[in-house]
Amino acid sequence: MAFESISDFIAMGGYGFYVWLSYGLTFLALIILVVNSIAKKNKILKNVEQRLSREQRIKKAQNMEGTL
Amino acid sequence: MWKWLHPYAKPEKSYQLAGKLLPWFVVVTVITFVVGLVWGLLFAPADYQQGDSFRIIYIHVPAAMMAMAAYSTMAIAAFIALVWQIRLAEMNIAAIAPVGAVFTFIALVTGAAWGKPMWGAWWVWDARLTSELILLFVYLGIIALYNAFSDKVLAGRAASILTLVGVINLPVIHYSVVWWNTLHQGATIMKFDKPSMAPEMLWPLMIMIVGFAAFLGSVSLLRFRNEILARESHRPWVSALVTDKLSGEK
Repeated sequence: MAFESISDFIAMGGYGFYVWLSYGLTFLALIILVVNSIAKKNKILKNVEQRLSREQRIKKAQNMEGTL
Repeated sequence: MWKWLHPYAKPEKSYQLAGKLLPWFVVVTVITFVVGLVWGLLFAPADYQQGDSFRIIYIHVPAAMMAMAAYSTMAIAAFIALVWQIRLAEMNIAAIAPVGAVFTFIALVTGAAWGKPMWGAWWVWDARLTSELILLFVYLGIIALYNAFSDKVLAGRAASILTLVGVINLPVIHYSVVWWNTLHQGATIMKFDKPSMAPEMLWPLMIMIVGFAAFLGSVSLLRFRNEILARESHRPWVSALVTDKLSGEK
């Protein structure tokens, strides 16, 4: 292992700020991208679901009209 | 001979294929990220000149490489979309562009955080840095153009054309360190020679490159499926998919 202790590892030989800034921003960006991609899928499916249930309601209402 | 490929021009088949491939890409991404990061951050020796600051390489180089690989893929898709009018190729562009933009952003940000301690400046208007910044703007332009049209046939065509125009930037980025005097160092791996890097530093880098490639694949597949769903949302197969999902939950 290249480091003696955990504090040594965090210090990164004096470059800790730059190294952890890089890694932090990288993973923040990657996580936002993944979350956004999954959220987009759920939104699309929800829209389809809403449209289907609306269509079903309209159909039901039309059937009711005939019986009254 | 290549006829087995034909069914995949159908969005439904492509959607299913992408769904089958996705878990494998995710598994490879997770494994390579864990192995590559532990190896690169903990076990690779410090650089004799740059000390531990060189560890930024394990995200900087893979992100920059895959940002360009993503663009090349989009360019091929754009060509296919324009010549053979295959809609799935257009969806492919729309799916990959955000991943490429994020990778370019990562390359720029990690480059800045590496440049500050090594060069003494967060940013210089150097050929490599400037051409990489242009790549980010091209990516954002493609995304914005695709979203600017509600008619997705038009949107796909416009985005394809812009993608092909932007290809000119790729050789400029790659050769910028050769053509101009620049602060950025020359190629370490992508050259016709042995890589100028010790194997114990190079191995984790290779693993991280595979990891970023797999991440690119995973998120592209995910977004590709989204594009198909969004564009096909009025088709019966999507309705069936949603009703199946609903009855599965109950």
